[in-house]
Parts: sequence; C-alpha cells; structure tokens
Amino acid sequence: MTTAAMAGEQTDRAKPATMAQALGRALRDSMAEDPTVHVLGEDVGTLGGVFRITDGLAKEFGEDRCTDTPLAEAGILGAAVGMAMYGLRPVVEMQFDAFAYPAFEQLISHVAKMRNRTGGAMPLPITVRVPYGGGIGGVEHHSDSSEAYYMATPGLHVVTPATVDDAYGLLRASIASDDPVVFLEPKRLYWSKSAWSPEAPVEVEPIGRAVVRRPGRSATLITYGPSLPVCLEAAEAAVEEGWDLEVVDLRSLVPFDDETVAASVRRTGRAVVVHESSGFGGPGGEIAARITERCFHHLEAPVLRVAGFDIPYPPPMLERHHLPGVDRVLDAVARLQWEAES
Amino acid sequence: MTVQELPGAAAYRPTPPPAWKPLTDPAPLLPDPEPYRVLGTDAVADADPELLLRLYAELVRGRRYNAQATALTKQGRLAVYPSSTGQEACEIAAALVLEERDWLFPSYRDTLAAVARGLDPVEALTLLRGDRHTGYDPREHRIAPLCTPLATQLPHAVGLAHAARLKGDDVVALAMVGDGGTSEGDFHEALNFAAVWRAPVVFLVQNNGFAISVPLAKQTAAPSLAHKAVGYGMPGRLVDGNDAAAVHQVLGEAVARARAGGGPTLVEAVTYRMDAHTNADDATRYRGESEVEAWRAHDPIQLLERELTARGLLGEDGIEEARAAAERMAAGLRERMNADAVLDPMDLFAHVYAEQTAQLREQAARLRVELDAEQGQDGTSGAGDGR
Ligand SMILES: Cc1ncc(C[n+]2csc(CCOP(=O)(O)OP(=O)(O)O)c2C)c(N)n1
Repeated sequence: MTTAAMAGEQTDRAKPATMAQALGRALRDSMAEDPTVHVLGEDVGTLGGVFRITDGLAKEFGEDRCTDTPLAEAGILGAAVGMAMYGLRPVVEMQFDAFAYPAFEQLISHVAKMRNRTGGAMPLPITVRVPYGGGIGGVEHHSDSSEAYYMATPGLHVVTPATVDDAYGLLRASIASDDPVVFLEPKRLYWSKSAWSPEAPVEVEPIGRAVVRRPGRSATLITYGPSLPVCLEAAEAAVEEGWDLEVVDLRSLVPFDDETVAASVRRTGRAVVVHESSGFGGPGGEIAARITERCFHHLEAPVLRVAGFDIPYPPPMLERHHLPGVDRVLDAVARLQWEAES
Repeated sequence: MTVQELPGAAAYRPTPPPAWKPLTDPAPLLPDPEPYRVLGTDAVADADPELLLRLYAELVRGRRYNAQATALTKQGRLAVYPSSTGQEACEIAAALVLEERDWLFPSYRDTLAAVARGLDPVEALTLLRGDRHTGYDPREHRIAPLCTPLATQLPHAVGLAHAARLKGDDVVALAMVGDGGTSEGDFHEALNFAAVWRAPVVFLVQNNGFAISVPLAKQTAAPSLAHKAVGYGMPGRLVDGNDAAAVHQVLGEAVARARAGGGPTLVEAVTYRMDAHTNADDATRYRGESEVEAWRAHDPIQLLERELTARGLLGEDGIEEARAAAERMAAGLRERMNADAVLDPMDLFAHVYAEQTAQLREQAARLRVELDAEQGQDGTSGAGDGR
C-alpha cells in the first residue's frame, strides 16, 4: 500500500453509508493490513459479488487475493481449509444462505473440527460470509435463516451484525480470529443506512459480547441481526402502552454472552427472544433455556419466543405474514403480564 | 542418499501392472471437437421439413415469451426473470424431443422448455412472480419443479429414470444444467450414478458462456464440457446450441439410446446468453458489447429462418403467421399476469406435512386472529393477499 492510498483510505473511511459498504470496507482494510487474507467465492472478483460487497477488491489486490472460483461451494470451502492449513486466512463468500448447504460436509466435518482433531496443532482461521434471512422478496432458496444449524456445531463461532458499525467491527474481528467464524449478514439490512449509530465504524469490537441497544425497565427483548430494527421499533411503540423495553442485540450467537443477557433479564424480570428463523429447534429455545437457568428466581413470567413460523420459507408474496413484525413482538410483550393472565 | 545409491537400485526395472486394460474404450465416448451443426450443412437434407417448421414457430413464440416476461419485471409483475433469449433452440429442442411419458428436469432458466412442453405460461411463472414455489403439479406434466440450487436436480433425474426402468417403463429423463452448474459436486455424482446404473438419462448442458459473471475459462480447464462425459463412461456430444435442428437431432439420438437401454449421454450445447443473468444483473461489468454483437449474427431464429426461406418452406406469410401466434400468446400472458394473484396466507401451513402438527395448527390459529384483526382495521379481506 502506498502512502497516498493510505491517506485516501483515511478520508473515505469517514462515513460508510450502508452496511454493504461497511462490510466491503472491513474486507479491504483486513486485506491491506494482512497479506495472508484472501477472499474467494462465486462472482466475488470482476462483479464484486452479487451484493457488491467485494467490489474493487480484485482490482486493488489482484485476482490471487480476491478470486472468482468455479461454482462449487464444497470446493470453495474445502479449498479454504487447505489454504488455511498452509498459513493463509481465507474469507469465503457463500452467495446466498441456501447455497451454502453443499459446503456443509466441509464446514461440519472439517472446518469446525480441525483444531480439535489435531490436538490444537492446526487451527483454521476461516471466515465464511453468508448473506441470510428474508424480507427482500427473493424467490425460493434465497431467504433461509440457517443460524441454528451453525450454532449446533461445536467449533464454529457464529456472528451476526445488525448495525453498520458492527458490520465493520465484527467482520474485522472475525477475519482476525484464529477460529473459524460463520459470519451471517442480514441481507435485508445491507442497504440500511447507519440509522442507529451514524458514526464511522473504526474500532474493532471483540467477538462474543452482546450490547444493550436500548435501556429499559419493564422487559427485555433479546434479538440479533435482521430482527433488531423490528425490536427497536416495537420498543418505541410499547412506550404508549406503558412498557419500557430494554433491547439486547446479541451480535454473537456463539460464543453466547450469558452475562449481558442475564444482567438485563435480572433487571427487568421479563424476556422475549425475537428472531425470524423457525421457532421450533431454533436459537430462541437455547436462549430461553439459558435465561431460565440463570435467572429463574428473577423471572416474573416465562421467557417467550417470537419467531418465524415452523414452515419452509414462503414465497415472497406471503413472507410478510411469516416474518415476525412489531405487532407480534408487542403481542408477546402483552402476554408477559403472566400473573394477570393465569 | 539418491536412488542410484540404494543397494540393488540398478537391478530394479518397473513392470507394468498385471493385465490392466481400460474398462471402456474411451474413443467412441469422445465428442467431436467441432460442435455438430445441421443448418447450412449437407445434413440439413435429411431433416424433416415439418419438424423444422414446428421448431421455427416455437422459437418465435419462445423469443416473444422471454421478451414479455422481461417486460413484466419492469412493470413489477414479476420479481425476477432469468431470460433465455439466445438459447431458445436448446430450450425448445429439449421440450420437443421428449415423449409425453418422459420427464423434464429444468433449472430456473428453463421456463421456456417447460412452456414449450405444454405447461401453462402463467403456471410456469409463479415461482418468479413470487406467489408459489411451484405453480403446477410436476406429476401431471412430468416436469420437475424449476430448480434454483444449481445441479441439485441432476441426481433426481437419475433416480427417477432408474426407478422407471426398474418398473419396466421406457421413460427417459432429460435434465438441464448451465455451464457453471457443471462444477458442482452434484453434477459429478449424478453423471457417475447414471453411467454406473446405465440409467436412461440425458444431461443437457447449456454452455451460454457465463455463470453470472464468471466466464467458462474460469469455470473449467477441460477441452469442452462434453469431454467430461468420458471420465464417467458415457458419450459426450458437442452441438451448436443455436442450431435448433442440430440440438433436436443430437438430443433425439441421446433419448433414443437411453430408451433402448444404452445408458446416459452428456450433451453440451454451445450457445450464448444474450441478456444479463437476470433483470437484476449488470452484464456490462463483465463482458463487452462486441462479444454480444458477434453472437447476434448467429441468432437461432435467424439461422432457421434463413434455411427455411432458402428452401422455399417459409415465406412472408409463414413468418407473419408465426409472429402473430407469438403476439397472441404474449397478449394473453400479459393480460393474465396483470391480474393480481389471489393468495390465502393460511396456505403457509397447508403443505408442510401430510398432516398438520399441533404446533402448526396453533400457529395457523394465531395467524387467523391477526388476519381477522387486519380485516377489521381496513375493511378489506385479510385473506386475499394481492401485491
Ligand atoms: C448451489 C448454488 N450456488 C449458487 C447459486 C447462485 N447462482 C444462481 S445462478 C448462478 C450462475 C449459474 O450459472 P450457469 O450454471 O452457467 O447457468 P446459467 O445461469 O448461465 O443458465 C449462481 C452462482 C445457486 N443458485 N445455487
């Protein structure tokens, strides 16, 4: 990197307008800092990815650092395993949530287990970026929320930003991590401007800490990724009903920040977990169980879950009925008046 | 220590493996290096004029369908459309070469093949409009759902063909995939199964030059995609994908061979995607206009039209008639697609399991309450969810 380019970096780093740009920025800064960082995937080079997250990387760093691969997810991730074994730090792009499934064998059997299988001798610093979730009107196989599969696999970190700042910070931290990270990008927030935190994301946040996005006293909404804006909106709407809701953004599903979550629920005594992936066998069940284990004596009501229905992701014309919206969250909040109801 | 220094090294003479010979003679499996052509060659003399005229009418209709569907995306009536303009010869030949009892396994780009096989033009578009994942009964039409994950339909085609043969039915499955899809593991597993089982399957690869932005040279280092067949033990055939007569003939031979118990064939049709990947794609990022122009001179409709006109089989009247028929189809499609889709949100729970689980019944009841509340609020029916 030339000094001039560095200077340019300083100026145009100032305010990434969208999450997509912040992610691109994080990739670029990571590649500039560390020559072992390589980006690979389908259409990531010339096109800059179908969401343009990798735009300009091939031009700036060359095709060996940002590589258009043949169209084969198992091959891409499998090759990344070998690259990492030889000292590189691959960042893999899966084009859409449901197209990562051919790579499951590599992810579950190798990426997640290599450190353990080799007695710690061979950690794999791989970041797998997966755009996930619905709400963009995508046709079949373009809107899956697959976080539960990843969470169920020991050895993987599972990270998902909900703000522009976090998109940058968490991706930098994921790439720097010596463990494999499944980095879930809420694709319906790609074009969201930095609504909750307009400042430029420059600091690298550690992975594994939840954050209170809105303090409150009556109940805690625990959420992440695409559902954060829904919860913040619900919290605003709840004020009218006399509810002062706290909103916790998990940011990292694995590792899970029990402290922040438990501290919040102990303060409020009530909790609702909100996510758009299916409820049954979904992340909410694990989270509710952890809260119950830690906060049982503080709870005024059972931990409730607001989730997508237990159905295959529906066609776009029906998705608004499937995705948990503000009303469903408020409905759950109302049900938290447990004593009154039972 | 070098090899020479090893004790006794000088006496060592490698011997060939005992009695090894190839399982299959690779020579007949190899594709000709030049894509097979009929139009404008001597082979055209053997072509059935009726078939050529039928292909022509279907190509004209198909082109119009692509144009109409693309227009519908601009009007917001279709969420997305992957056009097959330029590839109509492959689409049409794939549909016309099959008997009614045969099965078609299309990818998301092959709406046209499904329509040419007789599927209702609107039913074929529901996936892309966004109201249903599959707008038709696959069994009724013997067309598998338009498949979005790449190459995953290929093992299905193999399994279906295998099952049909086990049952004693002389059914053939024709499975379509793009050049990019040939890199997926499922492609390779499907070819291997098909060859080992001698399943009556025809694999049609439409090599249209690109997988979204990635050109063929970055997809494969093989001499051609048809060459891949040899490694699995099936014949590979290379055909000019813009020559409808040639594609029909090559696929016809492959289907006949499969039906007769001769096993699978891999056909690579060399063609070009004239439009962007979908209406949402910007093709100028990865290819130049001169390349597109060069292919415009090799247009599948023009090729056939010139042949038919030169042979006196088609005149101005015939051309007009084909265009008028295509216009009628387009007008009907436009009109029907302009009507709002009527959907019942309760259908979300309708086809998850044969019998709804208790949880789903509970969730359905909750949605019912929401919809009734919505209806109460705005006076409209909560059930009819248009756009
Ligand atoms: C398993 C899988 N990975 C990625 C995608 C995303 N995707 C959709 S179309 C496409 C390109 C396909 O190219 P090709 O196979 O050549 O077919 P064409 O679009 O040219 O008809 C890609 C990468 C997908 N649908 N499925």
